[in-house]
Amino acid sequence: MTLLVVDRLNKRFGGVFAARDVSFTLAAGEMLAIIGPNGAGKSTTFNMVGGQLKPDSGSITLDGQAITGRPARAVWRCGVGRTFQVAQTFVSMSVAENVQMALVSRHGESRRLFADTRRLHREAALALLAEVGMRAEADRPVSELAYGDVKRVELAVALASQPKLLLMDEPTAGMAPRERGGLMTLTARLARERGIGVLYTEHDMEAVFGHADRVMVLVRGEIIAAGSPDHVRGDARVRQVYLGEAGTAAALKARRKAVA
Amino acid sequence: MPVSLPSRRTVVAGLAAAPLALSGTAGRAQGAPIRIGELNSYGRMAAFAGPYRNAMMLAQDEINQAGGIKALGGRPLEIIFRDDGSTPGDAVRVAEELLTRENVVFLCGTFLSNVGLAVADFANQRKVLFLATEPLTDALTMGSGNRYTFRVRPNTYMQTKMLVEAVKARGVKRWAIVAPNYEYGQSAAANFKRLMAAAVPGFEVVGEQFPALGKVDAGATVGALAQAKPDGLFNVLFGADLTAFVREGNTRGLFEKRTVASLLTGEPEYMIPLGDETPEGWVTTGYPWEQIEAPRHKAFVAAYRARFKDTPRLGSLLGYVVVQMIRDLLETAKSTDTEALIAALEGLQSDTIAGPVTMRALDHQSTLGAWVGETALDGRKGTMVKYTYEDGAKYLHPEAEVKAARRG
Amino acid sequence: MDLSFLVLQSLSGFASASSLFVIASGLTLVFGVTRIVNFAHGSFYMLGAYLAVTIVPRLLDLSYSPWTFFLGVLLAALLVGLIGVAVEMLLLRRIYRVPELFQLLATFGVVLIVEDVVLKIWGPVDIAGPRAPSLRHGVEILGQRFPAYELVLIGVGPLVLALLWLVMHRTRFGVLIRAATQDREMVGALGVNQARLFTLTLFLGASLAGLGGALQIPRIPANSHMDLSIITDAFVVTVVGGMGSVPGAFLAALLIGQLQAFGILILPKVTLVLVFALMAVVLVVKPWGLLGRPDSGSGRVVLPEGILTLRRFRPPEAALALLAVAALLAVPLLGDPYTTKVATEILIFALAAFSLQFLVGVGGLVSFGHAAYFGLGAYAAGLLVTGPLKAPMELALLAAPLVAGAGAALFGFFIVRLSGIYLAMLTLAFAQIVYAIGFQWVEVTGGDNGVVGVWPSAWASGRTVYFYLVAALTLSGIVLLRRVIYAPFGYTLRAARDSATRAGAIGLDVRTHRWLGFTLAGAAAGLAGGLYAFQKGSIDPTLAAIPLSIDFLVMVLVGGIQTVMGPLLGAAFFHTLKDVVMPLTEFWRLLLGLAIIATVLVFPRGLAGAADTLRGRARAPATAAASA
Repeated sequence: MTLLVVDRLNKRFGGVFAARDVSFTLAAGEMLAIIGPNGAGKSTTFNMVGGQLKPDSGSITLDGQAITGRPARAVWRCGVGRTFQVAQTFVSMSVAENVQMALVSRHGESRRLFADTRRLHREAALALLAEVGMRAEADRPVSELAYGDVKRVELAVALASQPKLLLMDEPTAGMAPRERGGLMTLTARLARERGIGVLYTEHDMEAVFGHADRVMVLVRGEIIAAGSPDHVRGDARVRQVYLGEAGTAAALKARRKAVA
Repeated sequence: MPVSLPSRRTVVAGLAAAPLALSGTAGRAQGAPIRIGELNSYGRMAAFAGPYRNAMMLAQDEINQAGGIKALGGRPLEIIFRDDGSTPGDAVRVAEELLTRENVVFLCGTFLSNVGLAVADFANQRKVLFLATEPLTDALTMGSGNRYTFRVRPNTYMQTKMLVEAVKARGVKRWAIVAPNYEYGQSAAANFKRLMAAAVPGFEVVGEQFPALGKVDAGATVGALAQAKPDGLFNVLFGADLTAFVREGNTRGLFEKRTVASLLTGEPEYMIPLGDETPEGWVTTGYPWEQIEAPRHKAFVAAYRARFKDTPRLGSLLGYVVVQMIRDLLETAKSTDTEALIAALEGLQSDTIAGPVTMRALDHQSTLGAWVGETALDGRKGTMVKYTYEDGAKYLHPEAEVKAARRG
Repeated sequence: MDLSFLVLQSLSGFASASSLFVIASGLTLVFGVTRIVNFAHGSFYMLGAYLAVTIVPRLLDLSYSPWTFFLGVLLAALLVGLIGVAVEMLLLRRIYRVPELFQLLATFGVVLIVEDVVLKIWGPVDIAGPRAPSLRHGVEILGQRFPAYELVLIGVGPLVLALLWLVMHRTRFGVLIRAATQDREMVGALGVNQARLFTLTLFLGASLAGLGGALQIPRIPANSHMDLSIITDAFVVTVVGGMGSVPGAFLAALLIGQLQAFGILILPKVTLVLVFALMAVVLVVKPWGLLGRPDSGSGRVVLPEGILTLRRFRPPEAALALLAVAALLAVPLLGDPYTTKVATEILIFALAAFSLQFLVGVGGLVSFGHAAYFGLGAYAAGLLVTGPLKAPMELALLAAPLVAGAGAALFGFFIVRLSGIYLAMLTLAFAQIVYAIGFQWVEVTGGDNGVVGVWPSAWASGRTVYFYLVAALTLSGIVLLRRVIYAPFGYTLRAARDSATRAGAIGLDVRTHRWLGFTLAGAAAGLAGGLYAFQKGSIDPTLAAIPLSIDFLVMVLVGGIQTVMGPLLGAAFFHTLKDVVMPLTEFWRLLLGLAIIATVLVFPRGLAGAADTLRGRARAPATAAASA
């Protein structure tokens, strides 16, 4: 079942195309990775789907609903949860409170004037934290966490709204190699179990080729290749423009590991 | 004025030690001091309020050395000075402190009109006497007047009327007005228009400028006034605004061949900073202290200069006159009870260094007057010539107007 | 209007613009590099004028020529620059690590000190400076006379602009200034000696302010009110131009100069509000000023300046709070009548400060104009009881928060669209508009005289009864607001402050929520204002004026911006201090300034913050011992 349809998105900053006729689809339960060199337009594409940026033209349809150019909170309401390249959390709050805020928002309680926020949805928040392996850190200030842990909290926050689509901008940046695999495996499992479509970007080849169902390569705002990990890895142009020989070797290794 | 040794010691010992130095000497004041709460903008308006306080201290010490308030068994005066913070909120709190902590018999002072009005209303609420010495706003003795509030200085209306009387004979019809953009400026402008319209047939206002107080954009203001091509100019600016305006006007020739009527410009507070730029021939209210020949006034000037090493300002005159009035008030009331004080103050006649002053019972406005004359340059300093002392009694609000305004 | 008049009026506008630009360029440079909102810039300007009227006449005695005149002016400017260096090295340098708002507080302390020091040194009488030799006369232009000196001034602005451009583009120092303005952290990362850069910037900025002041001496006398009369205009110019942008400041100064020169022809009474109305319009249309750029740091994750950990009272603290409330309620029984009066005012200010903390500490919305809503409440209450309605006090106290809330909703609608310093300046502009309406709408508001006779209903007119009425209302207000801070509403406000991006991504409507928060805080301040009107018996524009807004900010900062209850402590401390210091001497501003600076240096996180730190220290050895 097709969850997300992105059709010919364009975005220019000044005279430079950050996205040019970007089109792709994503099915429920599918993991789609976008890769490309820095400045290729990955984050721009993400931010257009997430509602942080308005596209100049093109359309985005989620589950049959047009969400093109709508603000982030409207996109969220349609079922999009996301994490950011530079993790965005509520730094003055505890880990649990960060997740609780997402739950408060989901239940439409953000304007309640006299309830005690700390008690609202605490159990549900702890359960979400348990899923991402952060249950033990629930009452620590989020500002004290290691960066990798912050990323996990962001995932829990994104999951709190029971999204249909999860956008993850470099979800494993700043993590130790072992942690990365764990997080990606977890994400992939959740995606499949709950039928969540996952769109993510990564620089880590293992995270891409080891976990993606499909891979899309973006260079200077344009998609130059898309398909299964094997197909993309074998693409001559991708090799030339992006992966290079070393990258291809890493991708191959990752794929082997995943298959094994 | 002969200065006796002990008094010089008193001066040196300063205000706080004064009662100590005075006690035990024959003919000196004795008994518990009569405390009077004086609040004023000593910080923000120091150019006026400093000389004012100096003269009050001078008068107080003289009275105490002369035996204090005789009707009250020779009790000395003790004026408690407080900064009013220059805002109504602070002033009302300070007034409360003077009443409850310092146990003053009554309140006096204030400079800014809004502060004066707030303290006046506070006095009305607390049923204590308030002798507003400096605020000029007409409202204090008119629409917002109350039973407990009295004012010493000639108000805006009176001073404007003095100028109108002085210039009306010139027959100048086309006038422009420049006034600071606040109540004093606006009410002076309104008074001027009303009084001139009645006094000069064909009077018209061809231009008005209201620069923000303390922020006059002199070039643009002078340009706009000149463009209106008036034959007369009524100025209400004072302080730094006045200096800036005069310099700009002098350079651009704004004042040439024009009659200028200007409020307060002859007061030393505003004339000294003008220095050699003092314009000549402006009709103004002021205080030519160095030329006033009355012996009592000369004695005051001598004593003031000897003690403070400075020349008196209008604030000094006012401070001295106020304390003289307070002395007469207490001597007449023979009591420090508020009701007795009010009864005594209504219609009180006082013989001051400025001349006889009566506190009109109808509106609680004193008849203290002002000197009206023309500005002139004396070397590198400004001065007043062709001046006369205009007794305030001739310029008070008409009784019918007072009754209409104070009915509420 | 003939052509020659238009030309001359325009020239007058250019002369004012030029003077304004010289001053504002220094302010914008200092802000760009140090991010300090330097209130003391007006004091530097004033010092420039005072030093010039002291130095220039002496030089002219030696040699009467325009060269010595301008030499004296430059000398005065350089001396002010050195004073700027002293302020940087002795004060600002010690507090670069504390929240930026505290630096603002420190510079405000400097303003108070300089004001009284100037009075002490130069006395209260205005000092007119000498005119520039050979430039005393008027020059005939199109048949009208125009001051020669002002023609020179017209040239000074572009000259300073050109020199600054050279410095910025041709010297290493200038390149660093530009780099720091664009990205402060990057310069730190490049291994630049930041302390020296800041010192030099302060020198340049203060010199420009001093130059601006010194150049004015042939036009306006040096006087002790110059600082405040220029600082708001200088801020307006920098903000309209875009903070940190020198060309922007030039453009804005030109705009304001011309607007002023021609505006007064159409509306002579517009003088009070013109520049603020312009600033409001510009900010609504261009949120970063004419040539300003969005703050590059906005993508970075930085700890916000405000409440960081929302702690609850521990049992001993709860006991302490109860004890404090009990002690407060006992004041009328134990203290003298005056103490009751002061305590009443402290309660009122505590509510106002707390409502500001709700905006600043919780919402991250720094308001420089919170007195607007305090004033709106006071006016609503005051006009209801004294106006044609003659409403009772009870109704007026109900109306006060409603009217203030409505005002806050109206202004807040525009304010919450901005962020950072621009937001703060828009609050200031709106506050000044409220002030100007109160000031100028004489028929209704009584103008600057205000309205008297705002006294409580008979049953509440006793000092003690009114105290308990105020206590009941303010304490309930504070308790309720505190609940809101701990409730989802407050959490959401804080979430939006911490990361607006994240808040949007979990479906929170940041802008609307801020708007509601702004309205709520405005309403609370309005209640405080209403209570204050009845306490004082009068209303007048000072209740909505900038000094009161600053007082509220001082209370919040002195108390501790990172704590929930700190501002209450700040209100009590600041008001008590003022009450104790004011009767001592007319130089009470000096003492107040010193006290503020001492607080900033000794307790850089405010009084309540200091208490937290102490507790933290006390706990740390205990845990160390336990783990050992």
